[in-house]
Amino acid sequence: MKILVPVKRVVDYNVKVRVKSDLRGVDIANVKMSMNPFDEIAVEEAVRLKEKGLVTEVIAISCGVAQCQETLRTAMAIGADRAILVETPADLDLQPLAVAKLLKALVDKEQPALIILGKQAIDDDANQTGQMLAVLADLPQATNASKVDLAADKASVTREIDGGLETLSLSLPAVITTDLRLNEPRYVTLPNIMKAKKKQLDTVKPEDLGVDVAPRLKTLKVSEPPKRGAGVKVADVAALVEKLKNEAKVI
Amino acid sequence: MLVLVIAEHDNASLKGATLNTVTAAAACGGDVHVLVAGHNAGAAAQQASQIAGVAKVIHADAVSLEHGLAENVAAQVLAIASNYSHILFPATAGGKNVAPRVAARLDVAQISDITKVISPDTFERPIYAGNAIATVQSGDAMKVITVRTTGFDAAAATGGSAAVETAAATADAGKSSHVGSEIAKSDRPELTAAKIIVSGGRALGSKEKFDEVITPLADKLGAAIGASRAAVDAGYALNDLQVGQTGKIVAPQLYIAAGISGAIQHLAGMKDSKVIVAINKDPEAPIFSVADYGLEADLFAAVPELVRAL
Repeated sequence: MKILVPVKRVVDYNVKVRVKSDLRGVDIANVKMSMNPFDEIAVEEAVRLKEKGLVTEVIAISCGVAQCQETLRTAMAIGADRAILVETPADLDLQPLAVAKLLKALVDKEQPALIILGKQAIDDDANQTGQMLAVLADLPQATNASKVDLAADKASVTREIDGGLETLSLSLPAVITTDLRLNEPRYVTLPNIMKAKKKQLDTVKPEDLGVDVAPRLKTLKVSEPPKRGAGVKVADVAALVEKLKNEAKVI
Repeated sequence: MLVLVIAEHDNASLKGATLNTVTAAAACGGDVHVLVAGHNAGAAAQQASQIAGVAKVIHADAVSLEHGLAENVAAQVLAIASNYSHILFPATAGGKNVAPRVAARLDVAQISDITKVISPDTFERPIYAGNAIATVQSGDAMKVITVRTTGFDAAAATGGSAAVETAAATADAGKSSHVGSEIAKSDRPELTAAKIIVSGGRALGSKEKFDEVITPLADKLGAAIGASRAAVDAGYALNDLQVGQTGKIVAPQLYIAAGISGAIQHLAGMKDSKVIVAINKDPEAPIFSVADYGLEADLFAAVPELVRAL
């Protein structure tokens, strides 16, 4: 059984991004880039399924610029067996629908039993790619997974939903997107980083896959959110209650 | 021009997020229709027909729609999609699950989590955990949108009298099934609809302390309870209480953060609250930078004192 794990290279979650002064985007020059944290959870889950003997091969995929190779090496250091980069030009605004189409083409080629990916990327916060891939490949989906049990032809997935949890049974192949509580990714060790350098990494182009990756949404501008005015410190609980009652009038 | 809203409901009743989505739909222009896809959800369909500004309710009923399985709900939406210029879902767990399937099948981009409608094809949406606001224009003929409910006022729940039309249910996709749910039963207001929220963080130290300290204050204020990711990961609070970039986005009248340091991912979920109170003993905690009222104090003393003082 094969698993595909799509991973995205994003601005590291600890970086507070700045909007460019020309309002054409956020400044990502010289900013630390990392694997999207939800995708890291996806790689970890796939590798654990392999370690349990339920899966034979874990293939990491990334769509984007040449530097996504680093992200793929990280995935292989966690334990993915090989990787595929769908390389796109640096000036292309690659959007979720296009990524889903690229992934669909690779699903057709690789025929995995499972695709696991993050529920959203922390840069565009779109929360679309997994679901789009699922419908394009005509597969069932379980988003926001906090538990995955894999059997020969089925996956039982517990999902985080509004109000609590629900469990779905999916026939394989299927698409699963990860939530925070699914697992805690391991730290990659130096020997594994070295090993990952020797693993196979293939590069293809969108044209090779016959996919049109032209953006559908045009970003007209990117601006700073409205700032909250600085508040005040209150001396004690009595002062707080007084403010809430008489100034803010919220209680 | 016709605009379709996909109702959020639990079959028994309509969820508040539907009302904010109707407001966003009306801003796109044209008549607003609401689809209620469920099982024995007649009461929810009736409620939808009462919403001010709704011209028609389409009610699809089938066992396969009972649990909101994405494959089946998306197919139901797609069956009527061609009538509409815009299809809007609330950006809830349910809406986010289904909308991309509809968009991709229609071969259109989805515009996620909009907070403002600038024109029928141009919208504002937060990116990078709300640290930037993107203005995006869709070139697609049909717009599939999820709506951040805190960005739009709720439409009036009554005052409308739309006709309820029954639509034939689409067939069960048959590739997934619902096994069970664990929905926390609570008399508290829903987190995303609450006027007051009391949130606890890692500083609470244990589930017992979280309950012991946070619950009385929430009870006293009739508030919903929220939590930071750290508190949820540590098991102090249930996952569906997480407020933040990847949890719930809230904007109550009053948000009280107790023992929450204020990571950007948490601020992303609550900084649109009207009044923010931070109680934290660390004077450098980033939460104070967004708080209207900051109380630098040990929460284990301050919160019980606050309960007594109210």
